[in-house]
This record gives sequence, C-alpha cells and structure tokens, in this order.
Amino acid sequence: MAVEVRIPTILRTYTGGAKTVDGSGGTLAEVIDSVESGNPGIKSRLLEGEDLRRFINVYVNDEDVRFLSGLDTTVTDGDVVVVLPAVAGGQSGR
Amino acid sequence: MLRIGREVYDEIVAHARRDHPDEACGIVAGPVGGDEPTRFVPMTNAERSPTFFRFDSTEQLKVWRELDDRDEAPVVIYHSHTATAAYPSRTDIGLAAEPDAHYVLVSTAECGNGAGPVEFRSFRIVDGIVTEEQVDIHQ
Repeated sequence: MAVEVRIPTILRTYTGGAKTVDGSGGTLAEVIDSVESGNPGIKSRLLEGEDLRRFINVYVNDEDVRFLSGLDTTVTDGDVVVVLPAVAGGQSGR
Repeated sequence: MLRIGREVYDEIVAHARRDHPDEACGIVAGPVGGDEPTRFVPMTNAERSPTFFRFDSTEQLKVWRELDDRDEAPVVIYHSHTATAAYPSRTDIGLAAEPDAHYVLVSTAECGNGAGPVEFRSFRIVDGIVTEEQVDIHQ
C-alpha cells in the first residue's frame, strides 16, 4: 500500500529537504516504520516509546488520528498522511 | 525586528483581552519570504485554559492548508499570558516549532478584559534560544 506522507519544515532535515515522502503499510505504525527505513531518525521525532508524541499531530486523510485509532489507524493505497507539529505553549508547563 | 500594522496589532490585543482569563492564540499570515504579517487568523485554544494553549488540531490543518494554497507563511504566532509577563515560558520555548516565525506574547495580567495597558513583545525562538526583537507598529 503506497501512501504519501507530508513532512513539516522542522523535520525535513531527516528527509533531505523533501516535503513529501512515500510510505507503505496497512497501519499508521507500519507507514512510520517504512518512512524510518529511508529516513533514519525521523521515527523518534514522531514517537515517544510506543505512542505518538503529545505535541505532534498526525492526520490520515485530514482526520487527526487521535480521533481515529492512533498508530493502529488503517491506511490504504492512495491515502495521505500529514504530520504537523502542534502549536502550543503557555505560561505554565504540564 | 517585527513590523506590524496598527490594525493587526489592535486585533491581536482585542483577542487577548476578550479571552482573558484564558490564553488567546492565533497567527498572522503573510506572503512566503515577505516577513510581513497581513492576514489576522485567530485560532481556537483547544485547551480553554488560563495557563496553557494549543491550537485545535483540525482547525490548524485547515488553516495550514490555506497558507499553502495562498503561498503564505505563519509570519506571526501569538498567544497571551494572563497572569505573567509577556515573555516565553519554558513550555513556549520547548514547543516552538517554527524557527522563521515571530513569536508574539501579549500579557493581559494588568488589564484583564478591560481597556488597561497590555504588554506586547516579540521574540525569535530557534533551537531553544530566545531572542527578543523590536516591534515597529505602522499605520
């Protein structure tokens, strides 16, 4: 299953400057693994342990995967995965 | 230096006053490479919190796509602090992901929802390093 993965500016150091890379797999987790194999290091910027990082938004076909099945979200041929760093902050941390 | 029009400045400040005591947040878009913030885009603080903000993720995707379609960048990313100074917190610094943006902080600690004075400051945040810059408001 070939899917397009859109990479935000701040992570393009891992993709040689590319805005989009190809991924493959039946779930988001598999797609991330396939992207990691061609762009070593990017996975650790997306995941913390077994979960997506809290301040990284990932969308499959425009749906935030947090409202789908997270890393288990199903992807199929032609789907588009978008990665966007959350814009967040505030006067006191959590 | 941040150069910003009076109308856009007023809209940011009005948003911060209106949402006090919760933190207000948003962007000002402008043409890519132009460093000129022209289009005011207030965003929903999904946290609705006096101490934290986060752009609503669905709204962020929609707005970021509009930026792409219009060849715009988030020239300014703003948010308010409602009880502390207009200076980036550790959280702000740790989560800053747009090295080309002007990070504008507005403090409503003194004015609240009222018409009193606000603090309006601008910073660059790159790799955890904060650099304050001058703000030039033009008509």
